[in-house]
Amino acid sequence: MENAIKSQTRIADRPRPKINYLNATHGIWSWMSTVDHKRIGVMYLVGVLGAFFVGGMFALLVRLTLLTHDHMLFGRLLLTADAYNRVFTLHGVIMVFLFIIPSVPAALGNFVLPLMLGAKDVAFPRLNLASFYLWCTGAILAVVGMIFGAIDTGWTFYTPYSTTTNGTVTLMTMAVFILGFSSIFTGINFVATVHKLRAPGMGWFDMPLFVWGIYSTAIIQVLATPVLGITVVLLMLERVFSIGIFDPKLGGDPVLFQHFFWFYSHPAVYIMILPGMAIISELIPTFSRKTMFGYRAVAYSSVSLALLSFIVWGHHMFVAGQSQLATVIFSALTFLVAIPSGVKMFNWLGTMYKGNISLETPMLYAISFLLLFAIGGLTGIFLGTLSVDVHLTDTYFVVAHFHYVMMGGTVIAFIGGIHYWWPKMTGRMYSEKWGRIACTLIFIGFNMTFLTQFILGSRGMPRRYYNYLEQYQPLHAFSTVGSWVIGLGMFMTAAYLLASLRKPMDAPDNPWGGTTLEWTTSSPPIEHNFEEQPVLTKAPYDYRPETVAH
Amino acid sequence: MEWLRAWMLPPQGSDFAAEVDTVYMWLFWLSVVLFLGIAYAAIYFSWRYRYKPGRVTPHQTHNTMLEIVWSAGPLLLCVGIFFWGLNGWMKYSVAPGESMEIQITAKKWLWSFEYPDGTRTANEIHVKLNKPVRFVMTSEDVLHDFFVPDMRVKADIVPGRYTEVWFTPTVLGVHHVTCAEYCGKGHSDMQAKLVVDNEADFAKFMETGGTEWEDYKTKPAEWGKLQYERKGCSTCHSIDGSLTKGGGPSWKGIWGKMETLNNGQQVLVDEPYVRESMMVPAAKIVKGYEPIMPTFQGLLRETEIQGLEAFIKSLGNDPNGGPPAPTVLALPPPKPKDQAQAQ
Amino acid sequence: MEQQFDTSKIGMWLFLATEVLLFGGLFVGFGLMQARYPQEFIEAHEHLQRPLGALNTVVLLISSFTMVMGVLSAQRGDKKKVVMFLVLTILCACIFLGVKYFEYSHKFEEGLLPPRWYHAQSTDTVRDAAGNVSHGYGTFFAFYFMMTGLHGIHILVGIFLLSWIAVRAHRGEFSKAYYTPVDLVGLYWHLVDLIWIYLFPLFYLIK
Repeated sequence: MENAIKSQTRIADRPRPKINYLNATHGIWSWMSTVDHKRIGVMYLVGVLGAFFVGGMFALLVRLTLLTHDHMLFGRLLLTADAYNRVFTLHGVIMVFLFIIPSVPAALGNFVLPLMLGAKDVAFPRLNLASFYLWCTGAILAVVGMIFGAIDTGWTFYTPYSTTTNGTVTLMTMAVFILGFSSIFTGINFVATVHKLRAPGMGWFDMPLFVWGIYSTAIIQVLATPVLGITVVLLMLERVFSIGIFDPKLGGDPVLFQHFFWFYSHPAVYIMILPGMAIISELIPTFSRKTMFGYRAVAYSSVSLALLSFIVWGHHMFVAGQSQLATVIFSALTFLVAIPSGVKMFNWLGTMYKGNISLETPMLYAISFLLLFAIGGLTGIFLGTLSVDVHLTDTYFVVAHFHYVMMGGTVIAFIGGIHYWWPKMTGRMYSEKWGRIACTLIFIGFNMTFLTQFILGSRGMPRRYYNYLEQYQPLHAFSTVGSWVIGLGMFMTAAYLLASLRKPMDAPDNPWGGTTLEWTTSSPPIEHNFEEQPVLTKAPYDYRPETVAH
Repeated sequence: MEWLRAWMLPPQGSDFAAEVDTVYMWLFWLSVVLFLGIAYAAIYFSWRYRYKPGRVTPHQTHNTMLEIVWSAGPLLLCVGIFFWGLNGWMKYSVAPGESMEIQITAKKWLWSFEYPDGTRTANEIHVKLNKPVRFVMTSEDVLHDFFVPDMRVKADIVPGRYTEVWFTPTVLGVHHVTCAEYCGKGHSDMQAKLVVDNEADFAKFMETGGTEWEDYKTKPAEWGKLQYERKGCSTCHSIDGSLTKGGGPSWKGIWGKMETLNNGQQVLVDEPYVRESMMVPAAKIVKGYEPIMPTFQGLLRETEIQGLEAFIKSLGNDPNGGPPAPTVLALPPPKPKDQAQAQ
Repeated sequence: MEQQFDTSKIGMWLFLATEVLLFGGLFVGFGLMQARYPQEFIEAHEHLQRPLGALNTVVLLISSFTMVMGVLSAQRGDKKKVVMFLVLTILCACIFLGVKYFEYSHKFEEGLLPPRWYHAQSTDTVRDAAGNVSHGYGTFFAFYFMMTGLHGIHILVGIFLLSWIAVRAHRGEFSKAYYTPVDLVGLYWHLVDLIWIYLFPLFYLIK
């Protein structure tokens, strides 16, 4: 496989620049006050991976508590019911708001987007830094909230429980509000960047598909997140001032909260998956050395997913007490939204067909994505089917479904993307051997953990349960062991990635033979990205020998 | 493949269950086939088209016909599945006119059921085989959810309004009821038993609360211990002396104790006091505790109250439980008018 | 420069879109509650002081006019006029907030508040068997305070923004070639005015 890499170094004949974005300026203040999108991307990466670590630790703790029926380990009670409820809530809040929503757009998107467009930076570099500081503020508030009692409402904050329970609900929702603005500003930045800062010669249908994905995500970020903002404001007003709109004793409607909440949170899950799919659309053509099959279909599917995502929120509420008509309409629309995802899947496979495929770590992650997202998407069909959803909703089946799409989908794609752009960001190659081992472990561990949970759910195990019937214990135990395998794989990944940083910078400009503009500059890039403004002369993913640059 | 269905899904307790399971299994096999197709393609292509240096790949940019086929095909499939699911769900949504209506009041963390004649039970409900039953539900505090896996029914219970669910049980025996909307510390303890009886057993249950108690006539403390676990007492009162946040006093060693109330008064823990604490819990609050215990008026039958008293007595002042109470369980003579009250 | 100006405008329009959605949620909530409590909402809105509401509407419209004049002056590079029109806009905004203060005080005095603190009025007709007024009246005022309050916060933020660019204009930072911040704040101000144009009839006028 090393041949695959070496044969692509045709562009790397020029000498590596001594000054790059990492060493151009020194000192912590130069990082804290930077407006360089690459540095901001790196800071975001460190931040979200830190959040992933904390959220992941909580997940391991949840699974460990469920290992045995009596929650004991080595003769000691691991967690009380109260503590357990807080731990799974925090797992959800951290993973959703601090990790996965910012992850791909803010960490990888920030770094790669301007490079792919042939631009010097994003449209609003200072706003970009502001987004990052808002993320930090939200993170700090969340940590403070965790220390001073945390919350046990579930990440969905349903009323009236969230308006009446003790705990730091107001503080946590304040953190969510601030994190929402971080997301909105990133969205505004990216939409403006894509509209205005493309290189000469780059029309809309010459953009890499990663850009289409990030752009569609940004549209959702701008339109949906404000609704989350007002929802948590209303929650805070209800909790602090008893304003009365969710409290039935004061004439309010608790189900109204769910409508408000899911109106954001369903599009939010597309904020999570679209960037992941965007990464896959880069990895598959590159490692198949073949043009992307169905470029326009995939581009249109990204935008249509963004738009369709706004009209299916009620499928989270089939048994919540919404009207029957609403339930029927939302079910029908949910089936509609399944189609564009399927279109992408088929086009990726079509790209691999008759390709020239090498299985470096990023490609292993891409293939893992195809398999895991397929399961996640197919199980979504179960949940959209009304008669079956009545039995499956609020059970572990749902938990398994969303972990397959969010973790098996987005997180797998995110890790694949980190590996893909690692040489570009750091100037070093990671260890391919350890990369493949860790990917395999994560894949196996993931299926052990979550495939089991489909069965737990269909057998009637409700979610957010501390105590459970004896009959579920063997499946829970198996799932917990799977979580250890994932943990091992993740720690291994962190270890070899960090170890690579101690090597000298020897990565080529274009180790994978990619055809998009970020591979035409040095690894790592210079401060202003390109020595001269690049002018686009060919479409992306063009592997015909006559068009591949020498 | 009945063994597979039986492994993945609960026993089929209602007429819906078979329908729902059919759709589920069909979707399961469809998913397996589609997944294997995708997996095969991905893995086979990775091997068949593995890297060879210098090989040129065909410049296939798109195929419009293929796009149409693999968009329209899944769309048609989805439309079919949608209607199939809708069909089952429509039947499930409208209860037949002759259904027996049972009212459910859910509260943290207890199920309270009320029959048409006013009989009330807590955490246990009996219904008739092959007769449709309709549950009209509300909550006293936060969201809850009535989920009976064997029957394949589920609906949220919302404070301030009524929601409904119905089914026709087709299998005798005990089925599990579980709360499926997070409601706090006792969420996973909020369980109930749904017992499907034939006509004769159902009638007996309505009269006396069932015949189980007769097996415990001479073992009242054991009967009490069962109620302690079934009626939700264990959620807030421990029997080993430990205290939980938001809970009530432990029952260990309290019988015969002089307890101090929050108004400074002293009171002896004896039969009248324990009975009053179950029926009118707010009347006397022990110092240091909140007045949050719900009333069990109408939810405990006479034998159950006696059993609980015997059980608490048995926890005595002796850490090992003390001597069993000498009383024997006895029902008061039936009074037709206030049977519902005195139960 | 032109590209930067265009880009900033796109950014500001996107931000304004988020504001529309932020308020949109509240408008939807109001609509749902009105459908639930139609009679109460009609009776409750009689307590609002229409003349004051109308005055505020006129004041904001004037402020939008002065803002437009400010942007126009910036396009022409007329520093003195820019500052003058910005100051006039700020003045209108302050009058708006002042009138709001009087309106809010009136509500507090009369007990026209969210359900938890609402004092029944003799004219409230929708009551339960025990004579307690329906929660619909308080709900109307809950939305009144939330929506006009959120709007008021945006006016306050607008005052700070206007003051900031007035200071910058006074310092000579803008010219015919560069007046982007004035334009952008102008866009923001027009949206805030527009939101009031929807709020006013919704609360004060609809029957």
